[in-house]
Amino acid sequence: MFHICLLMFSPQNYPLYIRSVPCQNELKFHYTVHTSLDVVEEKVSAVGKSLADQRELYLGLLYPTEDYKVYGYVTNSKVKFVIVVDSSNTSLRDNEIRSMFRKLHNSFTDVMCNSFYNPGDPIQSKAFNGIVCGMMVQTG
Amino acid sequence: MESLTLSDVEQKYYSELFVYCDTDNTKKVASNGRVLDLFRAAQLPSEVVLQITELCGATRLGHFGRSQFYIALKLIAIAQSGLPLRVESLNSVKDLPLPRFVVGKNEAEARHAALYQDADSQGLYPAPGTALIPRPPGRGLQNKKGPPSSTSLPAHEVIQPLAPSIEAQPEPTSPVISPHQSPPTSPHSWRKHKRQHSGGNADRQQVVAATGAVWTQFREPQTGPVTGDGMWSSHSPPPPLPPSQESWVSFTADTPPSSTLPAMHPSSVQESTTIRTVASAATTNEIQRQSSGYDDPWKITDEQRQYYINQFKTIQPDLTGLIPGSAAKEFFTKSKLPILELSHIWELSDFDKDGALTLDEFCAAFHLVVARKNGYDLPEKLPESLMPKLIDLDDSAEVPEPAAEVGYSASPVEVTPNKSPSMPSLNQAWPEMNQSNEDTAIVHPVPIRMTPSKIHMQEMELKRTGSDHNHPTSPLLAKPPELSEETKLPPSMKFVAANTVGDGYSSSDSFTSDPEPITRQRSQSGASPEALKVVAPPPPPPRPQQSHSRSSSLDMNRTFAATAAPGQPQPSAVAFPPAVPPRPLPTQSSVPLTGHRVEAEGVPAGGAVLTTTSPQQIPQQPNFADFSQFQAFAASEQPSSLPDIDKHSEAGQADKISEGAGPLRTVKSDGPADERTSATVNSAKGSSGPLAPPPKPVRRRLKSEDELRPEDEQIGPQKATAIAAPLTSQPSISRSVGKDKKAIQASIRRNKETNTVLARLNSELQQQLKDLLEERISLEVQLEQLRPFSHL
Repeated sequence: MFHICLLMFSPQNYPLYIRSVPCQNELKFHYTVHTSLDVVEEKVSAVGKSLADQRELYLGLLYPTEDYKVYGYVTNSKVKFVIVVDSSNTSLRDNEIRSMFRKLHNSFTDVMCNSFYNPGDPIQSKAFNGIVCGMMVQTG
Repeated sequence: MESLTLSDVEQKYYSELFVYCDTDNTKKVASNGRVLDLFRAAQLPSEVVLQITELCGATRLGHFGRSQFYIALKLIAIAQSGLPLRVESLNSVKDLPLPRFVVGKNEAEARHAALYQDADSQGLYPAPGTALIPRPPGRGLQNKKGPPSSTSLPAHEVIQPLAPSIEAQPEPTSPVISPHQSPPTSPHSWRKHKRQHSGGNADRQQVVAATGAVWTQFREPQTGPVTGDGMWSSHSPPPPLPPSQESWVSFTADTPPSSTLPAMHPSSVQESTTIRTVASAATTNEIQRQSSGYDDPWKITDEQRQYYINQFKTIQPDLTGLIPGSAAKEFFTKSKLPILELSHIWELSDFDKDGALTLDEFCAAFHLVVARKNGYDLPEKLPESLMPKLIDLDDSAEVPEPAAEVGYSASPVEVTPNKSPSMPSLNQAWPEMNQSNEDTAIVHPVPIRMTPSKIHMQEMELKRTGSDHNHPTSPLLAKPPELSEETKLPPSMKFVAANTVGDGYSSSDSFTSDPEPITRQRSQSGASPEALKVVAPPPPPPRPQQSHSRSSSLDMNRTFAATAAPGQPQPSAVAFPPAVPPRPLPTQSSVPLTGHRVEAEGVPAGGAVLTTTSPQQIPQQPNFADFSQFQAFAASEQPSSLPDIDKHSEAGQADKISEGAGPLRTVKSDGPADERTSATVNSAKGSSGPLAPPPKPVRRRLKSEDELRPEDEQIGPQKATAIAAPLTSQPSISRSVGKDKKAIQASIRRNKETNTVLARLNSELQQQLKDLLEERISLEVQLEQLRPFSHL
C-alpha cells in the first residue's frame, strides 16, 4: 500500500486541507510537509519572476528524503499544494505528479468559485474530497 | 428466555424494527439507544418500559439481543393492548396487534400530539382517518388530494394502528408535505407534496414580497401538524422492495389488503432508516419509485418554477443574465440552512463553475434548497431534471426517469462540462507536444534542402524515427511540460550525448521540437541569408565538450581569435562519434563546385575521407571553398592533417551546432564564409588531432553547402576568400577578394547569430550543470543517510 499524503496551505501557511492515505503515519507526513514548506517558500521567493506559467507553478521534487519524495506546487494566489509519496512508489512519474497537481488546482478553483466558501476556510467540499480520494486511490 | 412464537406479520415487523435499532449493524444486538428510543416511542409509562426490559432479559444480559428485542416488542404490544405484562402472556395472547411506536423526532412533537390522537383512538379506522380528513382541507391545494386521501385513509388508518409511530418517524423529514398526503398515495403524494408544497409556498410567497418571508413560510409547514402520511410522502420511495412498491400502488387503488400492510411496515421502517441514513439512497429510491411510473421527484413544477423565476427577477431583472455569487450567497443564506449544505447545493447547481448563477442554475439551487428544507436529503449529483440545460419548463411531462439514469446521467453530464480547462488543455498539450515534437522533429529534419542536406536529412529522419521509438515517451512526455529552452537543450544535449549521431539528431530534433526552439531555429534560419528552412543540425554525436558551437564561424572566430588554441576544437571534434550519418565529403561536394576549392579540397589525403560522402555534396562550392582553404592550408602544413583538422573543426563545429539543435545548424548554415573561415582557422590550427569523423565536416559542409547553394557560387568562394584573407594568415588562401564588404557583413551577421546561439547554449548548459549538481548533492545526501545504516 503506497503512502501518499496531500496537503494544501493557504498563503499564510496554515493548512486548508489535509488528506493522507493510509491514515497511519499521518504525523510523520505532516512533519515532512511542514519542513517542506520551507523549501517551497525558498523556491517561490527564488523564482522572483512575475510570470505565472504552469512551469513555475509546479515546483517539482522539493527534496528527497530517504523514504519520501515531496513535491510542491504553488498557485498564483500563493496557495501551496504539497504531495508526499513514499519512495517505494516508483511508478509515480513526474508528469503524473504534475497531472495530479493540475487536477487539484482545478478542483480547488471549483471550490473557490463556490460563493459559500470563504478563502482561508478549511475545505469541506464533497466534490473536492471525492476528487482527492479518487486520485489517491488511483495512485496508491 | 421464554420461547417466543411470532406470527409472520409480527416476525416481519419485529425484524424490521430490529434492523432499525441495529445501528451498529451487528445483526445481533440492538443498540440500547435506539431500543430505548423505540420503547419510549411506544408511549408506555417508563415503569412499564422498565418492566418490559427486565422481562425480556435485557437487563440481565445488559444488551438487547434479537430475542430480547422481540420479546420486548411483544411485551410492548401486550402493554399497549392493556394486558398485564407477564411472560406467560407472550405466547398466550393471540391476535395481538403489533406494537405501536410513536417516534418523536425534531418537529414530531406536534405529530406526536396528532398521533396521540390517532393512537388514542385505538381504532383501525377512526381517529386517524378523522384526524386526517380535516387537515387536508386546511391546506390550499388539498382538494385534489381529498379523494385520494380519503381512499387512502383507510389504508392509512389500517397502517397506523399497526405502526403509527413508525409512520410518524419519517414525518419530521417531510413536515411540509405530509399532512394531507396519505401514505398509500405516496408515489403520487410525493409529487403532490412537492406541488402542494410549492403551490402552497407559492401562494404564500406570492403574497409575501420579501424573500426572507419565503424561508419563514418554509418553516411554518414544518411546525404544522403532520400526520403519518407525511412520512410516506417524504419517503415515498420505500426501500427497494418491489412488493412494497406494488403495495403502494395498490394503496392508491383502494384499501390495501391487510397482507400488504406488513409489507408496508418493513418498508416504512426501512424507509425511516434509509431516509435518515442515506440521502442519495432515498433520493434514488424516490426516483426509483418515480420511475415506476411517477414524476421525477426533482422536477420543478410550473408553480415552483414561476416562483423561482420571480425570485430571480428580484435579484437580477434580466432573466438571461447572471446572479453574482455574492448576491446568491446572501439570498440562500436567508434559508437558514447550514453553510456546508448551502455550499454543497452551490456545488451541485453551479453547473459551469463560474461563481454565478444563471436562471436555470438558480432554479436548480432554489429547488434543492426547498427540498432540503423539506427534509429531502441532497443528492450527490445534480439530478437530471435540474440540469441547467435539461430543466424543462413543461413540468407536466411526467417522464419516469430511472434512478440510475438520473444519477449516472447527471454525473457524466456534470463531468463533461466540468471546468477543467487546464486538464483538457494539459491532456491536449501533451499530444500537442508530442505532435509538435513529431512535427518539429519531422520538420527539422525535413527542411527542404538541396540534395546533400536533403539526403542527409532523410537519413536523419530515418534515424530519428528509429530513435523516436527508442525514446519517444520519456523524453517527449517528460519534456513537454518543460518548455524551457534551457531544460530542453541540456537534456537534448545529454540525450544526444547518449546516442549516436543519428539518434542524437532525432532526439535533439524531437526535444527541440518544442515551439521555442523551433521558432528559434526558424528565426535563425530566417535570419540566415539563404533563408533556407531551418534544418535542425544533424544531431551531433555525443560530445563531451559543449563548448563548441555548431556555427563553424564561431569556432572559426574563436580559432581566429585564439589561434593559439588550435587543438581545442579538435579534441572535442575527436569525441564525435563516427556515427554521424555520412555526409558528402567536402571533397566530393567540392569536386563539382568551383574549381580551385574543389580541387584543393579534393587533393589532400582527406579527400579520400571526404569523398565518402561525396554523392550528396556535389554542388557546394562554399564548402569547397572552405575545404579548399583547409586543404590549401593543410597542404601548406600537413596535407593529411589538414583534412583531419578540418574535419575535426568542422565536426566540432557540427557537433556544436547539432548540440545547439537547429539554431546552431542554421548558424552553421549561415556562414559558408564562416565555415570557410573556420575551416581556415581549423586548418590554421595545424594540430593534427585525431581524425574527426568524416561525416562531421561533411555535415557541416552539407549545411553550408545547402545554404550556400542558393548563393552564388562564385560569391561563395569570393566570400570565403574575402573572409579568409582578413582572418587567416594563410598565404595559401588565395581568393579573389571581391565584395569584401558584403561578405564581411554577412559573416558578421552570421557570427552574431552564432553568438546568440552559443550564448543560449551556454545558458542551457549551465542549467544542465546546475541540475546535475543538484542531483549529485541529493545523491550524496542519500549516500550519507545510508552510510550509518551500513554500520548498524
